[in-house]
Amino acid sequence: MNINTTKIISLLFFIFSAFYLYLAYQIQVFTFDENAPFNARTFPIYLGYAGLFFSGLKLILPDPNTIKVEHEHLEYKKTAILILIAIIYGATILKVGYFLSTSLFLFASYYFLGERRWILMFLLSFPFVAAFMYLLHGILDIYLRDPFLQLIGVMG
Amino acid sequence: MIEGILIGLTTALTIQNILMVMVGCFFGTIIGMLPGLGPMTAIALMIPITYGFEPATGLILMAGVYYGAVFGGSTSSILLNAPGVPGTVATSFDGYPMAQQGKAGKALAIAAWSSFAGGTLSAIYLLFMAPSLSKVSLSFRSPDYFALMILGLTAIAAFSSKGQFLKAMMMVVLGLMLASVGQDSLSDITRYTFNNMNLTDGISFVLVVMATFAMSEALTIILKRNDPTSAAKQVSLTELGSIKINKEERTKMYKTIPRSSVIGFLIGVLPGAGATIASFLAYGMERNVVNDQEKEKFGKGSVNGLSAPETANNAACSGSFVPMLTLGIPGSGTTAVMLGALLGFGVQPGPRLYMTNPEIFWSIIMSMYIGMVILLILNLPLIPYIARILAVPKNYLIPLILFFSVTGIYVMSFNNFDIYLMIGIAVVATYLRLYDFPMPPLILAFVLGGLMEENLRRSLLLSNGSWEFLWDRTLTACILATTILIVVWHIYKTFKKKN
Repeated sequence: MNINTTKIISLLFFIFSAFYLYLAYQIQVFTFDENAPFNARTFPIYLGYAGLFFSGLKLILPDPNTIKVEHEHLEYKKTAILILIAIIYGATILKVGYFLSTSLFLFASYYFLGERRWILMFLLSFPFVAAFMYLLHGILDIYLRDPFLQLIGVMG
Repeated sequence: MIEGILIGLTTALTIQNILMVMVGCFFGTIIGMLPGLGPMTAIALMIPITYGFEPATGLILMAGVYYGAVFGGSTSSILLNAPGVPGTVATSFDGYPMAQQGKAGKALAIAAWSSFAGGTLSAIYLLFMAPSLSKVSLSFRSPDYFALMILGLTAIAAFSSKGQFLKAMMMVVLGLMLASVGQDSLSDITRYTFNNMNLTDGISFVLVVMATFAMSEALTIILKRNDPTSAAKQVSLTELGSIKINKEERTKMYKTIPRSSVIGFLIGVLPGAGATIASFLAYGMERNVVNDQEKEKFGKGSVNGLSAPETANNAACSGSFVPMLTLGIPGSGTTAVMLGALLGFGVQPGPRLYMTNPEIFWSIIMSMYIGMVILLILNLPLIPYIARILAVPKNYLIPLILFFSVTGIYVMSFNNFDIYLMIGIAVVATYLRLYDFPMPPLILAFVLGGLMEENLRRSLLLSNGSWEFLWDRTLTACILATTILIVVWHIYKTFKKKN
């Protein structure tokens, strides 16, 4: 059996399914439901076994279509930075407010992806977000929490 | 039916809804043109915007985006040989050679007219078939629905990825597992929440779609930015040529369009098959049907070779609405996204949809006609201008996709946990995509998970825990036999390929 990344993913899925199945047996059901033909744990138990079955098959059967990923050509660093910026964006969106956090997120993302046309970067962040906010909040009446705009008196 | 058509026309022809079709077609075309961003991503991005609308209006907007994205995918297939969506891969076989011969404008015009004709013809088929299918589906019981869902999931796994059936089935199970998080619908017992209140209501459908499509697509594009095998080719926009189609070419199209539209529609109706299979089958059939002289031109810029897949993929788009609207079973990953959006609106698609919400049912069908016309009017004169979107730098495009994804979740839940969860799922999905694990089966399973459990629960309770319900009714047995046939056929094909 050839060990490749697909097999490792299948092995991880096998372990995940086993854990899922273990948790399925731990689901607390009402006493009167314990021996019922179907209760809250029945479907997850079937799913757990299905996960074990398919990932097990993938593990033991030969893989005719081995996928080769050229890791040296992949931009892991930039992708990681972008994910980090998105996490920071998620962390600040409630506290700082939609407008400022979104605009800064866009601006920072453009910058880290290598963009240096400052005017275009600015136009596609702050005014763009303002216009989008107007569309959502002003026209479509979708509530957007924004302590920053409330603080400076733009939003009621 | 006449009354229904009138209700549909009244709803679809309001200024707001016509505007929605126009906006949908336009944005769909633009997003569909971007390689890697298909109709599913386009519709996922539209979901937050539809929150403020009536269900019919929201769905009309999404339907417009759907047709637009499929047509947009053809544009990048023809101009760049980089299909925006899998359904337009066959379009590039003859579209790209035609563009290389300096006939890009003509190729785009043939694609536009074929899409229009395919879509319109299949909308007519849908008009007559949907109500009768709906009546048939009224006789469906819980075991039949359960079997049908198994069929849908098996079919999408079998068709979604060439030679990757087991991977697709793993994704199906993962989708069902994600759907099982949260409260059990009958007993309210929480499952897999780890005492986290944010998971009590389960994982949001929009979150999963945004994470596995829009966000992971954006991350994949960044990840593969320097990969020489996926680098997008540039096209000179000054070489689009004339968009006029001559008499001989028109004659060829007149013959190709009707047969390809029938194939496209019928394939689209089958759960799991969709536009990709339809376009390949139509291309293959057309090649067998034409004379030897024309057969020689296939792959070198044949009008028939371009018209057939384009007609079929748009016809399949309309066809995939049949199982979604009449059975509540999506025919493709894209209609699965739309089904999720419909459930979000509080509308339950199924046999009774056209009785309980006739305005939604008929307005979608009517908006298809209008959508096709608008798509043609928008796209023919705008072909040279729309093509310029291909020049949008990824430095701007990627952050904007991430922004739309996060906003979609933020306006829904207003909590950070969902955003973190989305990023987490997106990272896992991006890694899985690198190794060719298909995402549409996961989405379809996630959407169907709740319904599947409900129908299995009812069936098992009625049969007192016995699995005999699977073969007690002829209909259930037939559906399961079809599922087994698909699996056997797939195994046979795999072995045949190996030998």
